[in-house]
Amino acid sequence: MGLTLKSTGRGIGREEKQALRQRPEDKLIALAGNPNVGKSTIFNSLTGMKQHTGNWPGKTVSTARGYCRSGKRGYVLTDLPGTYSLMADSPEEELARDFICFGGADAVLVVCAAGCLERNMNLLLQILETGRPTLLCVNLMDEAESKGIHIDLDKLEKLLGIPVVGTVARNRRCRAKLLDALDKMFEGPRDRPDSCVLYPPQVEQAVENLLPLAEETAGLSPRFICLRLLLGEIEERVGAELRSAAREQRELLADRGISRDRLQDMLVSSLVRAGEKICSQVTENAGRAYGPRDRMIDRILTGRLLGYPLMIALLALVFYLTIKGANYPSQWLSRGLFCIYDRLLEGFRALGAPAWLTGLLVEGAYKTLAWVVSVMLPPMAIFFPLFTLLEDSGYLPRIAYNLDRPFCRCSSCGRQALTMAMGFGCNAAGVVGCRIINSPRERLLAIITNSLVPCNGRFPTLIALISMFLAGGGDNALLSALALTGLIVLSVALTLLSTKLLAVSLLKGESSAFVLELPPYRRPELGKVIVRSVLDRTLFVLGRAAAVAAPAGALLWLLANVHLGEGNVLAALASLLEPLGELMGMDGVILLAFVLGFPANEIVLPVAVMIYSASGSLTELGELTAIKPLLEAQGWTAVTALCVMLFSLCHWPCSTTLLTIRKETGSLKWTAVSALLPTAIGLLLCAGVAALGRLAGLL
Amino acid sequence: MDRSIGLQNLRPGETAVVESLNSSGALRRRLLDMGLVEGTRVECLGLSPAGDPRAFLIRGAMLAIRSGDCRDIIVNKV
Repeated sequence: MGLTLKSTGRGIGREEKQALRQRPEDKLIALAGNPNVGKSTIFNSLTGMKQHTGNWPGKTVSTARGYCRSGKRGYVLTDLPGTYSLMADSPEEELARDFICFGGADAVLVVCAAGCLERNMNLLLQILETGRPTLLCVNLMDEAESKGIHIDLDKLEKLLGIPVVGTVARNRRCRAKLLDALDKMFEGPRDRPDSCVLYPPQVEQAVENLLPLAEETAGLSPRFICLRLLLGEIEERVGAELRSAAREQRELLADRGISRDRLQDMLVSSLVRAGEKICSQVTENAGRAYGPRDRMIDRILTGRLLGYPLMIALLALVFYLTIKGANYPSQWLSRGLFCIYDRLLEGFRALGAPAWLTGLLVEGAYKTLAWVVSVMLPPMAIFFPLFTLLEDSGYLPRIAYNLDRPFCRCSSCGRQALTMAMGFGCNAAGVVGCRIINSPRERLLAIITNSLVPCNGRFPTLIALISMFLAGGGDNALLSALALTGLIVLSVALTLLSTKLLAVSLLKGESSAFVLELPPYRRPELGKVIVRSVLDRTLFVLGRAAAVAAPAGALLWLLANVHLGEGNVLAALASLLEPLGELMGMDGVILLAFVLGFPANEIVLPVAVMIYSASGSLTELGELTAIKPLLEAQGWTAVTALCVMLFSLCHWPCSTTLLTIRKETGSLKWTAVSALLPTAIGLLLCAGVAALGRLAGLL
Repeated sequence: MDRSIGLQNLRPGETAVVESLNSSGALRRRLLDMGLVEGTRVECLGLSPAGDPRAFLIRGAMLAIRSGDCRDIIVNKV
C-alpha cells in the first residue's frame, strides 16, 4: 500500500529542497540493487528513516534521501529505484544510471540478495564498470543460510576487488558493519581490476581504438565511457573528437553486423556469463534458492484448484478480524469521546460562551471529529497491520500472478492487481504506485480505475452500513465479513469491466509483455509490522481525516444553522439534490454528504448523520445501534443502505486522489475521465438497484 | 530427435536449457537482464490458477512469464 507522506504525493518533488549534506566532506552514496533485495530496509536501518519497504518489485518509485553518521564521516544516502540493469530502458533504470554516473555520487552501495546472488551480478558488474568506488552488501544472509546456501564472502571480495559485507537486514549490528566498511572504503585506494568482464573481441577492439582519446570524466572510468559511447549514450558529455571517433567505431561495428541492439545483447550476455562464473566459485547450493517449502506454499496459494478460493478466503479473513476486532474498541472510544463531548458542552456553558461558538466548535468540529475517530481508528489499526503482514510475507505479488490472466483479457496486466491492492489502503497511494507499470497505456488504465476499489477511508462506512442493515444489528461479524468480501469482489469485477471498457474505447491497444518476479516467502516480523503500519499508515490516514473532519464539522454546523427563508442552507441544498438522490435509491442528504465528503471520504456517513440530526431531534450520537433508528426514521431501508454502499464504491475520487491523478498523468482530460467514469458507473448501478427495489416493493 | 520446444511447452517440474531467445524490444532486454541468455537452465515451477502466466525458476529467482511471450524463447528439454 505504501501509504506514507512520500508516496501519497506531498513529499514528491521535495527532494531538491533537501540539502542533506551537512558538511563539505560528507560523502554522497547511491544505494542501488535489484528489486526485492531488502534495499529499503538497509536504507532505513542506516538512516533511521521510515521509508516503507514493500515485498514487490518497484516499490521505490522515486528516490528517497537520508543522512547518517559514522564515527568518522557523514553520509548522504540516496535510495535508487530497484533495477536489474543500468542499460536505461525504463525510467527507473535511466534514473539509476544517471544518478550513479552524473548525480554526484561519491560511491555506490550495491545491495544483493544472498539467495539469488547470480541474478544480482548483472547490475553489480555494470556498476563496477563505471569505476565508482563500490561497496557490496550481500543481504538476507540468514534467509540463504536457512536454505542451505553458503556464500564465501572473502573469496567474493577477492574476485571482485571491492569490499563485501554480509548482512541480515533486520539486525541492528549490520548498521555498524556497513558504516565501518564505508569508512574503510574512503580511507585508502584499493586495488581493483578495471573490469571483471571481458567482451567479445570485436567489442574489445572497438573499445581499444577509443581508449587513447578517452579520459576520466566525472570520475567515470574511460573504459565505461567508451562502452556507453558505442551504445550511442552519453554523447553530449564528451569532447567532439571522441564523439566522432565513437561514431566511426559504431559504423564499423554496424558494418560487421553488430547493431546497437546486437551490441547490447553481447554486453548483457557477457555480463551474465561473468556473473555466473564468479558465483559458481563462491556459492554452494545456489540451486536451493526456491526450496521445497516455497514450492509447497506456491502449489497451494497459486494452485489451479485453491488459488482463487484461498485469495477470497484470505480477504474475508482479514475483514472478519477487522470487523470483529474493531467492534469493542469502537464502542469504548465513542463512549469516551462523547463523555468528553458532554463535559465540553458543560464547560462552554459554564464559561458563558456564546451559543454560536459552542455550536461551531463543540457541536460542529468536535462532534464530527469524535465520530470520525471512533468509527475509523479501530478498523484501521487492525486492517493495516493485517494487510502489511500479507504484503511482507510475499503474498501480494502472487495476487498479481493469479490475476494476470483476467487483467490480460481486459488488455491490461497483472501489475494492475498490485496497484489495485495498494488502492485498498489509499487510492492516492495506489495512483502513485501505478508507476510500476511500464506501458503508458496500461498505467493510465490502472490510474483511472484505481478509485473503484474502496480505500481505507471508505471501509468504515461500508462496515458500519453492513453491520447495521445487512447483518442483523452488528453482532454477526462473520456475515458482515462475507458481505464485505462480496462487495470487494464486486469492486474488482467493476475494475476489470471498466478496464475492458476503456481498452476498447479511449485506450485501445494490446496488453504489453509481462515479466514479474515473485520473491520467496518471508516470515514477517510482527513487532515491526505493527509499529510501522500503526505509525506510518494508521496515524497518517487518521491525521488527514481529522484535519478535514474538524473544519468540515464546523462548516456543517454553520450551514445547518444559517437560515434561508424557511429552512437552513443544508436543507435547501439537500432538497435540490433530492430528485437525483431518489432516482438512485438514496436521498438528497446522502448525495449532499458525498459532495461534502469530497476532501475525505471518511466523513460521508458522519456528515449524513449530522445533517439528519441537525434537522431531527436526536442529539446523542455514538454507537452504531443509536444511529440505526435515526436513519430508519429518515426512511432508510436495506436497499437504501445497499445503494449508499454501491455509490461509496463508485463515485468521484477524493480531492487528494484527483490531485495526484492530475500530477501523475499531467492531463486534465484523464483526470476528468477518472472522476466521471466511476460516477457514471455508480449512478447506473444505484438507479438499477433502486428500480429493482421498487419493483420488489422494498423501497 | 529434435528436442527444441517453445518455453510455453515446458510442464511444471520439467527443466530445460535456453537454446535461443527470439523475443524483441523491451521484453528481450528484460529477459536478458534477468539472466535468460543462451545456455541458461530454466525450470517450470507451475501455472497460475487461470493457466497463464507460468512461473519459472531462472538463476535462483522465480519469474512469471506469459505463454504468449514464452513462444519466442526456444529451449531444449533436459
